[in-house]
Amino acid sequence: MKAPVLDYVRVDSLSAAFDAFAAQQGDAVYLAGGHSVVPSLTLRLQAPALLIDISRIAELTGISLQDGWLRIGAMTRHAEMISNPLIARHAALFAAAAPHVAHPAIRNRGTIGGNLAYADPASEFPAVAVALRCEIELVGPQGRRRVPADDFFLGLFETAMEPGEILVAVHVPPAPAGQVIAFDELARRRGDYAMAGAAIQAVMDAGTLADISIVFFSVGLKPVRATQVEDLLRGRVLDAQVITAAQSTLDGDLDPDDQPEIPASMRLHLARVLLGRLLGGLEGARA
Amino acid sequence: MIRNIILTVNGEEVREAVEPRLSLADFLRDRLHLTGTHLGCEMGACGACLVLIGGVPAHACLTLAVQVDGEVVETLEGLSERGAIADLQAAFHDRNALQCGYCTPGMMMTAHALLTQNPSPDRAEIRDALSGNFCRCTGYEAIVDAIEAAASKRAAQPEAVE
Repeated sequence: MKAPVLDYVRVDSLSAAFDAFAAQQGDAVYLAGGHSVVPSLTLRLQAPALLIDISRIAELTGISLQDGWLRIGAMTRHAEMISNPLIARHAALFAAAAPHVAHPAIRNRGTIGGNLAYADPASEFPAVAVALRCEIELVGPQGRRRVPADDFFLGLFETAMEPGEILVAVHVPPAPAGQVIAFDELARRRGDYAMAGAAIQAVMDAGTLADISIVFFSVGLKPVRATQVEDLLRGRVLDAQVITAAQSTLDGDLDPDDQPEIPASMRLHLARVLLGRLLGGLEGARA
Repeated sequence: MIRNIILTVNGEEVREAVEPRLSLADFLRDRLHLTGTHLGCEMGACGACLVLIGGVPAHACLTLAVQVDGEVVETLEGLSERGAIADLQAAFHDRNALQCGYCTPGMMMTAHALLTQNPSPDRAEIRDALSGNFCRCTGYEAIVDAIEAAASKRAAQPEAVE
């Protein structure tokens, strides 16, 4: 339960980070909050020759509005996702999800960038990023690019990031007029991994659902968009009958694995219950 | 592969040379002999190793000593010696909120941070704050009672603590 022998360097710029990564022929891991990296070292899941501490690179910090989009720097700690007024105002779905992420002390050190780059299928923030149609800003030795969250998460702990790239920020698009949000998860204990969870952003127009984005987590290998349910709900008035229909349709969107502690049928049931609660609680619902 | 670090621990400047693999918890316990920081799971699940980094609780087992270069760290010893948690310690004692005591330093860190942020938490808020602290002896009822009692006393005598 102790980390393997390795070297450590702290860098103050992205270019210095890329140089250190290249000098090690890629046998290096970037370190930000360290709350996934350090346990992976002590559990000996990985043993890189070098840790490159990127936590004090100025470009990775800060939360600001840019042309209506909210830029959340990668080093933003989970606790700040709860308390920051700009996030509360322009990315309320992140603020709603944040109290469910791990436990208070973890939230003091864990970072949004590390969370998204790690792509844990049970994690809340990746689902929120997809639900809000965020863009993930990556910088690597080859340059800078922005990847839509829908295309960023590829599989189990797998993302569109190339070796050596650093996630520098997540960009949240301007909230559509009439935006309503909902977030919840079912876990055995607050802070434990969810058995099923969902993030919803919807647009209400005079009692009708003009648009809806529904993304589940902990039900597959990556965040899962419930596209059939979304299609069913667009243009509808959200009443009890429509919500029941949405719950029935969910089986077509989710295909969880059987696991010893949670059979697929149970996870699907939990996801249906959660969907019903979240839709029924949406502002403007007539359930 | 030795790195020099300078940090503040319990109000005193500390200069040490450490291997990058050394956790903050092992650094505090083995180098500085501050054994109030306990190691349970060493993977961020049990909360026995909580310390304050920059004034907020963090897992010393999930943090490498090299990462806190330049930071301000406070351990249970620091909080205890400056009297910041004297009332919490008394309340835990009065309510028998510990048996083996292994988890208690972490409980103190969480309770101290909670009451600093939210001076009058309800029981649900106390339980939520404690969600990352495991106790395998007493269950949590007495611990919640003790924190609630300390909060009530602080509310009655706000000048008694900082």
